[in-house]
Amino acid sequence: MLKIDNLHAEIDGNEILKGLGLEVGKGEIHAIMGPNGSGKSTLSNVLMGHPRYEVTGGTVTFMDQEVLELEPDERARMGMFLAFQYPSEVPGVSVANFLRTAVNSVREEELSIMEMYKLLQEKMRIMQMDPKFAERYLNEGFSGGEKKRNEILQMLMLEPKLAIMDETDSGLDIDALQVVAKGVNELRGPEFSAVIITHYQRILRYIEPDHVHVMLDGRIVTSGAKELADELEDKGYDWVRQEFGSAAQRKATEGAGMPEDRTIQELGLDEYKFGFHDPRSTSSRPREKA
Amino acid sequence: MISKHKNEPEWMLEYRLKALESFFEKPTPQWGGNLNDLDFDEIYYYIRPMENQGRTWDDVPDDIKNTFEKLGIPQAERESLAGVGAQYESEVVYHSLKEEWDNAGVVFMDMDSGLREHEDIVREYFGTIIPADDNKFSALNSAVWSGGSFVYVPPGVHIDIPLQAYFRINAENMGQFERTLIIADEGSYVHYIEGCTAPTYTTNSLHSAVVELIAKPNARIRYSTIQNWSHNTYNLVTKRAVAQENATVEWVDGNLGSKLTMKYPAVYLTGEGARGEVLSVAYAGDGQHQDAGGKIVHAAPNTSSLITSKSISRGTGRSTYRGLLKVHEGAVNSKSRVECDALLLDENARTDTYPYIEIEEKKVNTEHEATVSKVGEDQLFYLMSRGLSEEEAMAMVVNGFIEPIAKELPLEYAIELNRLIQLEMEGSVG
Repeated sequence: MLKIDNLHAEIDGNEILKGLGLEVGKGEIHAIMGPNGSGKSTLSNVLMGHPRYEVTGGTVTFMDQEVLELEPDERARMGMFLAFQYPSEVPGVSVANFLRTAVNSVREEELSIMEMYKLLQEKMRIMQMDPKFAERYLNEGFSGGEKKRNEILQMLMLEPKLAIMDETDSGLDIDALQVVAKGVNELRGPEFSAVIITHYQRILRYIEPDHVHVMLDGRIVTSGAKELADELEDKGYDWVRQEFGSAAQRKATEGAGMPEDRTIQELGLDEYKFGFHDPRSTSSRPREKA
Repeated sequence: MISKHKNEPEWMLEYRLKALESFFEKPTPQWGGNLNDLDFDEIYYYIRPMENQGRTWDDVPDDIKNTFEKLGIPQAERESLAGVGAQYESEVVYHSLKEEWDNAGVVFMDMDSGLREHEDIVREYFGTIIPADDNKFSALNSAVWSGGSFVYVPPGVHIDIPLQAYFRINAENMGQFERTLIIADEGSYVHYIEGCTAPTYTTNSLHSAVVELIAKPNARIRYSTIQNWSHNTYNLVTKRAVAQENATVEWVDGNLGSKLTMKYPAVYLTGEGARGEVLSVAYAGDGQHQDAGGKIVHAAPNTSSLITSKSISRGTGRSTYRGLLKVHEGAVNSKSRVECDALLLDENARTDTYPYIEIEEKKVNTEHEATVSKVGEDQLFYLMSRGLSEEEAMAMVVNGFIEPIAKELPLEYAIELNRLIQLEMEGSVG
């Protein structure tokens, strides 16, 4: 389905992906876990074709076709989907209107207004969303949880063959997380593959992965079955750095660890109750560039 | 010459001649867009295309029908377009009026017919809101005007279905100087709506209309326009309204195309409790300058007003908001708000804001707000990741931006506005 080979990519001249390799088979769910700054978001953006990232080496094939030269919309029409960590606001464009345009652009045959309406109603029920939600302007004034639900709603409407989920779990309370997981599990089947990119093991309790990979410094450093996620949860990312990081990285982790390096148990779950203002995820971007 | 051709009354001939003098006397305004390439000798001032005006849809020439087709006006709507006036090469060729309007005493006809059939009303109001010597272009229009609409709504009459005038200029080198006068008598309501689209010509052409609205006490007029001019048209329009006691006037104005548009619909609030609104949207593509805005004059107590202006610039396009808000002494407790938002589609596009505010009264409440935003790379990437092409994504952002104005238009015009902007963005016109 998806094959990434020796992928190198940079932003503003800083190399972020340093020879990443990954293979995702048909119907498989893969989790990629890694600390902030490991290049997770870069990977998802590069896979979907964000113009700000420059691919400097390697290949990505999707359904046996090389995709790195394709525009994002061409990739979407082939069946790729990215659930955004920070979806953009589009004032004045309703969710329903946007979804109608999007669904019709990825489908070979256009849906009638009635068919579209029925489909939307059905998918919104799965996501436990108020029908009025469809009339709101896309992501404008949405809470963090609403944004993430809306991303999964789009995924259900577009029925991709491969979904890349960029920290969809970050900032979600437990109820919202379960709804999001339900949406993903809805699509699960022999024709649907997913790459779940996450900092925490939490979401993997609800979406059971077939494979777990650990990402560090722009590479996959170790892979395993779902038990690897539990191990990571127990030992924390410091352990990963000690085991797999470069000498320089190991040195950096000595002394005061960054807050995002602590495990979820250490931090407690309390902050998730406050919704989407997850200070660690918002600060992750500048750090990735550094 | 035009006057004689049309068999107009003597007073109109004199009016035209006096206006012509003032046109020659007045200098070309230098405060706005660049008018230096406009050559008044290169323009045809009057073209008569057909002998008779069409009364039914079948009478409309095929090429005009094709144009309607191309613009995607739905068949169902065409059927119901009993009130459509189509102006083609200066004369209204298709113009019919719903019977109920006739029965209610509503007058809706082209200006030339109005002058013939309702000379007394025309003589009473013509040029009273916009005098011939108001500016160089109102003078030019007053001298050579031809076509346009004349509307009179009797006291207390509410017209629920908008009066629609759909017109299109199509001849090489033609100046378009239509003249519109709308009078809403006490307690009446009318929504007049026009859309104009012009195909591309090879030489510069001039469109210079004058529109006068009079809303008598407790009356309400809404005047909606969507204009899409060819990219070498100078669109220099004077629009002004008077709102008397407790009357409301609303301008909804969409400006696309043209080389340069200078248009500032105005409402003079002359009666206590009057309300004026200007909602405008402008799209400036490559090489275009949209210099648009609105003017509100508060000349009576307890009056209120709102100007909402939205502009979109792309490529070397430039959009300017130019507006005047004036509150005369004694216009106590008047409230006004000016809001202008500019959207830039790329790095080269430009926008400027010139909000003139003159307040002579202390007991007033005025607000002004201006925003400039850019279509971001992330926004486009987000939409494209859902299967929209770059053009579609851009169009979606733009349509969302103008949504607050589009929703004020009847559905078919809102759709047309969106479609026209999409056409402009694809770089194909006409």
